[in-house]
Amino acid sequence: MYSTNYHRPSSVEEAVALFGKGSDPKYLAGGHTLLPVMKQRLAGPSDVIDIAKIPGLIGVEASADALTIKAATTYYDIMHNADVKRTIPAIAHLTSVLGDPAVRYRGTIGGSVATNDPAADYPAAVLALNATVKTNKREIPADQFFKGLFMTALEDNEIITAISFPIPAKAGYAKMRNPASRFALTGVFVAKHKSGEIRVAATGASQNGVMRVGVIEEALKANWSASALDNVKVSDEGLMADIHGTSDYRANLIRVMAQRAVDAAG
Amino acid sequence: MGIEGIGASVVRKEDRRFITGKGRYVDDIKIIGMTYAHFVRSPHAHAKIKSIDVEAAKAMPGVVDVLTGQQIVDDKVGNLICGWAIHSKDGSAMKMGAWPAMAPETVRFVGQAVAVVIAESKNLARDAAEAVVVDYEELPAAADIKAAIAPGAPQLHPEAPGNIVYDWEIGDQKAVDEAFGKAANVVSFELTNNRLVPNAMEPRAAIADYDSAEEHFTLYTTSQNPHVARLVLSAFYNIAPEHKLRVVAPDVGGGFGSKIFIYPEEMVALWASKKVGRAVKWTGDRSEAFLTDAHGRDHVSKAELAFDKDNKMLALRVTTHANFGAYMSLFSSSVPTYLYATLLSGQYNIPAIYTEVIGVYTNTTPVDAYRGAGRPEACYLLERLVETAARQLKVDPAELRRKNFITQFPHQTPVIMAYDIGDFNASLDAALKAADYAGFPARKAKAKAEGKLRGLGFSCYIEACGIAPSKAVGSLGAGVGLWESAEVRVNPVGTIEILTGSHSHGQGHETTFAQLVADRLGIPINQVSIVHGDTDKVQFGMGTYGSRSAAVGMSAIFKAMEKVEAKAKKIAAHQLEASEGDIVIENGEFKVTGTDKSIALPMVALAAYTAHNLPDGMEPGLKESAFYDPTNFTFPAGSYICELEVDPGTGKTSFVSFVAVDDFGRLINPMIVEGQVHGGLVQGIGQALLENAIYDDTGQLVTASFMDYAMPRADDVPSFKVSHTETLCPGNPLGVKGCGEAGAIGASAAVINAITDAIGNNKLEMPATPDRVWHAIHAA
Amino acid sequence: MSKISMTVNGKAVTAEVEDRTLLVHLLRDHLNLTGTHVGCDTSQCGACIVHIDGRAVKSCTTLVGQANGANITTIEGISKGDELHPMQAAFRDNHGLQCGYCTPGMIMSAIDIVHRHGGDLDEETVRQELEGNICRCTGYHNIVKSVLDAASRMKVAQAAE
Repeated sequence: MYSTNYHRPSSVEEAVALFGKGSDPKYLAGGHTLLPVMKQRLAGPSDVIDIAKIPGLIGVEASADALTIKAATTYYDIMHNADVKRTIPAIAHLTSVLGDPAVRYRGTIGGSVATNDPAADYPAAVLALNATVKTNKREIPADQFFKGLFMTALEDNEIITAISFPIPAKAGYAKMRNPASRFALTGVFVAKHKSGEIRVAATGASQNGVMRVGVIEEALKANWSASALDNVKVSDEGLMADIHGTSDYRANLIRVMAQRAVDAAG
Repeated sequence: MGIEGIGASVVRKEDRRFITGKGRYVDDIKIIGMTYAHFVRSPHAHAKIKSIDVEAAKAMPGVVDVLTGQQIVDDKVGNLICGWAIHSKDGSAMKMGAWPAMAPETVRFVGQAVAVVIAESKNLARDAAEAVVVDYEELPAAADIKAAIAPGAPQLHPEAPGNIVYDWEIGDQKAVDEAFGKAANVVSFELTNNRLVPNAMEPRAAIADYDSAEEHFTLYTTSQNPHVARLVLSAFYNIAPEHKLRVVAPDVGGGFGSKIFIYPEEMVALWASKKVGRAVKWTGDRSEAFLTDAHGRDHVSKAELAFDKDNKMLALRVTTHANFGAYMSLFSSSVPTYLYATLLSGQYNIPAIYTEVIGVYTNTTPVDAYRGAGRPEACYLLERLVETAARQLKVDPAELRRKNFITQFPHQTPVIMAYDIGDFNASLDAALKAADYAGFPARKAKAKAEGKLRGLGFSCYIEACGIAPSKAVGSLGAGVGLWESAEVRVNPVGTIEILTGSHSHGQGHETTFAQLVADRLGIPINQVSIVHGDTDKVQFGMGTYGSRSAAVGMSAIFKAMEKVEAKAKKIAAHQLEASEGDIVIENGEFKVTGTDKSIALPMVALAAYTAHNLPDGMEPGLKESAFYDPTNFTFPAGSYICELEVDPGTGKTSFVSFVAVDDFGRLINPMIVEGQVHGGLVQGIGQALLENAIYDDTGQLVTASFMDYAMPRADDVPSFKVSHTETLCPGNPLGVKGCGEAGAIGASAAVINAITDAIGNNKLEMPATPDRVWHAIHAA
Repeated sequence: MSKISMTVNGKAVTAEVEDRTLLVHLLRDHLNLTGTHVGCDTSQCGACIVHIDGRAVKSCTTLVGQANGANITTIEGISKGDELHPMQAAFRDNHGLQCGYCTPGMIMSAIDIVHRHGGDLDEETVRQELEGNICRCTGYHNIVKSVLDAASRMKVAQAAE
């Protein structure tokens, strides 16, 4: 790891001010994306600003219509949170199969969403549930947030403060893991909104990161059941191909995982 | 056997330090004034080094020195050697290019060291390594066997035209051709044995400490065989004469073969320590391990098996291309020849076998012995062929095997090996029973009704362990003898130290070796210490690999014990005024049979050391040593049955059960033996389902970390049903055969045979990833 | 450079170290607690797992600053004098280790697993929960056995208290 300066601000304002002073600063939450990259010397930030312990960024709030998870809430705390389990159990499930137990103690939802790793799980939930990404500057709808591999609508020095998920009528998540990294080889989040809208998002599959899957949404709109997807053909165009899976295999996984997610959603 | 003797599942003496964090591995050791090394490594698979500029790096904070490949050549440090000479069909010696510890002119694989920074801390060394400027002229690379043997392929070494190291053969080609000519059925197959990265959990490390006053070096290193390391470093690399070099291998965190070899990093650390006048520590990280630890396997083979009309095997014909990587590692040449082709008869009576092996250079990390070393490749090839034959001939795979099993011993195979003993029907019967083979069709039908594809696969392996008679391996080209040494020191108060040339890096020698002593003398194992891993303490030894520590290492202890006991009996008889022939040893006492007269071991020892009252002419003291050279290999064998289900939607495999029945001869500590089997099985399953070292066309290792190289984890594998049959090995005094590699040898064929059974498509290569299995289902 | 204060195995510790120092290196190189190991550089193998404020985390993926002020427990800190922690004893009694390199991380992870699940553990759960710990020697068979054994020992011990 290159030399760096570590900071632990106690408020978002202080964090933003520290960020403004650094020559090449980075925010750090759980650190399980940034630190491995720094250890490999693929990143060498001048300053590392640890926002994981800012009290205002931790916690879960639930109303009748929305579940709001503050950005620095850890995976462990999310999966065990009673409001999460009650309102959107699919998020609790997704979190319980994300990373390993030691990672779940440290990783945060804000860190995951801000990184937008193409094989991360949360972006699928954010997109399928049509969540709102709240930052220290504004609120960004899910459809406008993800901009391709590791790219988001976040501006320089913009901090995610919370993610607000509309509580759906039904939701489910299923994933096939990459056998080596254990990230999603393909994961699919299905959501039936209270409005009746169906949104389905796949992660780990597309060359452009998390994506909506129109053919599955249409089929589920006509018939919310796993069997409705039996003969759906997902195109492999634009899907990733690597040593762990060809694009046609991933196309198959999108359909199969969607079926399992629908079964899980009930 | 006694509660701590041979056959008892005694908990391990060494465990306390490991479970309390008090293990002492190389990186745990600090030496005053120690410096830290970081290597500058080639990012290219093949390139000429046009220049290296170290000046900026030398000026960085905390840098002690920056040393290059040219300097190591100028200082006449020897090139790395390959210690087993193989000759091609035409009688010519194998063709090898030079391998300097750091490349002075040409790099031939990604990760090859070109320079080293020595600095005051690890971070400072790495900071400065980035400031070393190497100007490369990239050359085209040959990244796999096919690319390396293609016409016009890039040439790695001028000494090896066409990138061919050797073109070797074994067996009677004419007899095989004739047998195929009259065969009723022929089963043929092409298959790849995937390249693996050993990945012992402790990365390699070395600390070199030069004492200029004594002109003496100490090397702490992650080695399975510290004496061999000292021998090679002295005799071939000109580091120091043997008496001026101490090699210590303290606690070592797994080896699996990868820590047999003497690597460039240890050599450079020693050389650099003298150059900078301070101790030098190098600790590899996992990324370096992926690029520089010798890889394993990597064969491409064509095989044909001929049967007569009664489904009896007539002949086997195999052509194998073996990838050696960019340089010939220490024992690499022997792996696809004498450790592979000689095991191709398996458990079967095959009258004629002919095998050609072509060794190939590629621009990849060197390949050498990895757990099983040649024998997993042989077992996988043969057991897939046999399973394929059963399906093609439409006969039960167990019955086809049984029909062809060797049942008379000793049995001379057509490929050198003389099997001494075994009972292949016994292990197959036990496995069939444990796996409830009779109930399988009903289970398969039930699974099918639930939408799952269920399959069952066999693997009946044999291996050759305890390598081996020195005279025999010498005649086959080995540069060393493969005996083992031991010394038994009885202290004046009767406690015992056993010095052994074997080395434990997880095998539990401190317990099993003590059990042998406890068994013979009837004393508790806590009165016995096992000393190993230090060339200053143990006179010499060949180390631990090839499942040899019990069969060879313990046999040496056995011999030394016999000598100690003989002398002790003489002393006891003298003290008790009895006849030497009437003395028996029981519960730590020397007794006169038929009387109540006895003397305890501590009193005998004390008598030996006070020497006040010894038989006339007897030397004082009670200490004996022995060298043991085996008379043959040992031949562990067994039957594995894997039952699994494949999810047709994803191609993912889930285990239902895995049965392993092994014949290891006599078991010293069944708990430890079973642990060895479990670990081996998971390495075999890892090869079958998960692990694959993949290079791209330019010679970059694509799977260079655990992010892409799939290591078996707890939820990838099942619990195992392990049991044993027993035929005692006649070739050593303990009747033991060796258990360290069996699981890794036998498991992969059982898994693949089960998957191909489940999906109804035999065209499947390892690793059978979900992606590959799903495609195979849809191609079926 | 920063001044770091924390509690390690019940003792107050201060150190002046570079900000880029990882917790595992502070433990190993500055505090001579070499039981915590490094087995990979991608935060996957778990050989480095320690407890920070009671939670099992990877000390190779923790800057010292992140652990500043925290309560750290390492493998050296779990036995009471000569009396082994039940998890340590279970690993020994069930042959849950061979080379010993992954063992400290396994034990620290396993204690955390039992804390989270209580005694109600089955084989499948243990295997899933060990996802972040890689062992190359044991094939996991006896590690799983050890954790299940320790879980019942810890349940009994808890009931007795």
